[in-house]
Amino acid sequence: MTACRYDSGGGRMKYVTEYRDAARAQALAATIRAEAAPGGAYAFMEFCGGHTHAISRYGIEDLLPPDIRMIHGPGCPVCVLPVGRIDAAIALARNPRVTLCTYADLMRVPASRGNSLQKAKAAGADIRMVYSTLDALRIAAAEPAREVVFFAIGFETTTPPTAIAVQRAARDGLANFSVFCNHVLTPVAMRAILATDAADSVHLDGFVGPAHVSTVIGTEPYRAVAAEFRKPVVVAGFEPLDVMQAVLLLVRQVNEGRCEVENQYIRAVTEAGNLRAQAAVAEVFDLRDRFEWRGLGWVPHSALRLRSEFSRFDAEIRFALETPSASDNPACECAAILRGKKRPAECRLFGTACTPETPMGSCMVSSEGACAATWSYGRFRQPARLAS
Amino acid sequence: MTSRRLDIRTGRVDLSHGAGGRAMAQLIADIFHAEFNNEFLAQGNDQAAFDVPGGRMVMTTDGYVVSPLFFPGGDIGSLAVHGTINDIAMAGARPLHLTASFFLEEGFPFADLARIAASMGRASREAGVPIVAGDTKVVERGKADGVFISTAGIGLVPPGLFLSGNQARPGDAVLLSGPIGDHGVAIMSCRENLSFDTAILSDSAALHGLVATMVTRAGRGLRLMRDPTRGGLAATLNEIAQQSGVGVLLSEASIPVRPQVAAACELLGLDPLNVANEGRLVAIAAPDAVTPLLEAMRAHPLGRDAARIGEVVADSDRFVQMTTTFGGGRIVDWLAGEQLPRIC
Repeated sequence: MTACRYDSGGGRMKYVTEYRDAARAQALAATIRAEAAPGGAYAFMEFCGGHTHAISRYGIEDLLPPDIRMIHGPGCPVCVLPVGRIDAAIALARNPRVTLCTYADLMRVPASRGNSLQKAKAAGADIRMVYSTLDALRIAAAEPAREVVFFAIGFETTTPPTAIAVQRAARDGLANFSVFCNHVLTPVAMRAILATDAADSVHLDGFVGPAHVSTVIGTEPYRAVAAEFRKPVVVAGFEPLDVMQAVLLLVRQVNEGRCEVENQYIRAVTEAGNLRAQAAVAEVFDLRDRFEWRGLGWVPHSALRLRSEFSRFDAEIRFALETPSASDNPACECAAILRGKKRPAECRLFGTACTPETPMGSCMVSSEGACAATWSYGRFRQPARLAS
Repeated sequence: MTSRRLDIRTGRVDLSHGAGGRAMAQLIADIFHAEFNNEFLAQGNDQAAFDVPGGRMVMTTDGYVVSPLFFPGGDIGSLAVHGTINDIAMAGARPLHLTASFFLEEGFPFADLARIAASMGRASREAGVPIVAGDTKVVERGKADGVFISTAGIGLVPPGLFLSGNQARPGDAVLLSGPIGDHGVAIMSCRENLSFDTAILSDSAALHGLVATMVTRAGRGLRLMRDPTRGGLAATLNEIAQQSGVGVLLSEASIPVRPQVAAACELLGLDPLNVANEGRLVAIAAPDAVTPLLEAMRAHPLGRDAARIGEVVADSDRFVQMTTTFGGGRIVDWLAGEQLPRIC
């Protein structure tokens, strides 16, 4: 069929389509097959949900030899947020003076007692979906009678925009704006996965390191992790060819006994990262003593809070928020899946009680969640059942 | 009527315009009758009366709550006419008459209402399908969002034609009338909190002309048609797979997507397969009808970029699958949750 005037296949995009090229993928796959030692049983964790999504969407595992196993990591901001923090956000949103601004991904995350932000909104809470922290600032400026709270979540990628919003609120004297801060730190989480007790740990031969996070923090912070735990880290972009090239670099490191930090994503990531973003984050935030992660439990020094000089913008202080621990659905395996201990299809709820329409656990909510990615692209099916 | 004409330039809807009194009569006369202007409305009755031709008729109803009301390539008025006509046309039917009810929010500017009515009148005249009856209600400020429109439509199915979602059979071809995602991206580009610059216009269009040429050329080789609106192509194909008890196998490389739409979707993290269309149709056709159908579609302005995008296969699991441009295969699932509310 040649009559179509469009390049199709999702449309051609400069600097994007090149990284989805089928011929190059086949060539890379052949190189990986040739270099992976037979029976080598390589286990690599892609830390980020962005990589998990790419692996599922493009069927990268179909192109890798069976000796290479990709293990999904906890790098999905929505997935690692514990139920207690969602419960706290819902409690906050029920305050009639409060307008809670949130990224859309969070709306359907299951909270305690079958609740969710979406249900709270339907029941009358003023919850608004925003695409940027600046939208929340605009709402606060436009509606001075409302207490506008931004529900801040995410790894180092989304932290700088929250920092900028707080800086602007301080500069503009915005008295009705605050942040419910849930920002967490990637290198600490990698360390937590590797440091887990042997009985509960998962064997890993290396990491596909974060793409967007690394544009902010650079490659330097992974060095200590790689050296201390003797695990190679290859920072990689989110396009499918990026992931495949990172796998090849990891195979080579393992074969050669190296445990280095390599940067596959040189078109966006430097060793030092984005210094201006880091400065903004350092000005606004400092470390929490500890923070609860879904899957990883309480991890010391793994999350950020607003510095005391910005405490008037800290919703936890402003509204005396309590964030008690709350337990997940006991049958939900999100915790084990986030640690790489289990695959989505090994959860009893997967695809039966728990689907993207009726998520029981957070991993089924965000498109970056391991369960949602696995389910939506049919990756739990027998390979023979999938078109190719 | 002796009272002064409505101040369309600066006036606003108030509760009296829905109260059944003179103000309401004036609103209807000055805005709706003026723009819709046809013999049925001119009779001034509570209903439209017309002769019924013989044969199978189809009837449909639809609601429109799109935000914003005016978007690149259309507005809620033209969308309401096109959407209702398309629901009729997907049965292969010739649309005959439409009705429209307006739910107006107190304070809504007459100027905007007149603009919407003019656009509806124009869409209806261009399509040759008159709006023969209507209703107007006004609700208090805050109880609606400017204007909501509810429509109904009837149409006549040509003799011998029985298109239905359960008619797809293994071996049939999946045809698409043009590039996907234009409407959804056009709407997103002008959302208050999302605005970005794009030259993309909504594809909103009445498809009954295209359908008529397809029906004429393909006859019984045309199994079914559907317009991939909310939920996009992915939802439409999953519906067909469910109804017909079959699988669908798509080829990603053959699905037309404008580069600007692809880029916008990339930026927003959306899949064009899930993005809404308002002027496209999917047709399932028997193998021997494919060539004449594609010729007929490409000869029509609204089907110029028609493509064969996949085939119907036997599959007890009723999956929609796709071979990707990257060289792998994947499931094309329904979209979970709301990608973007109030797109139509």
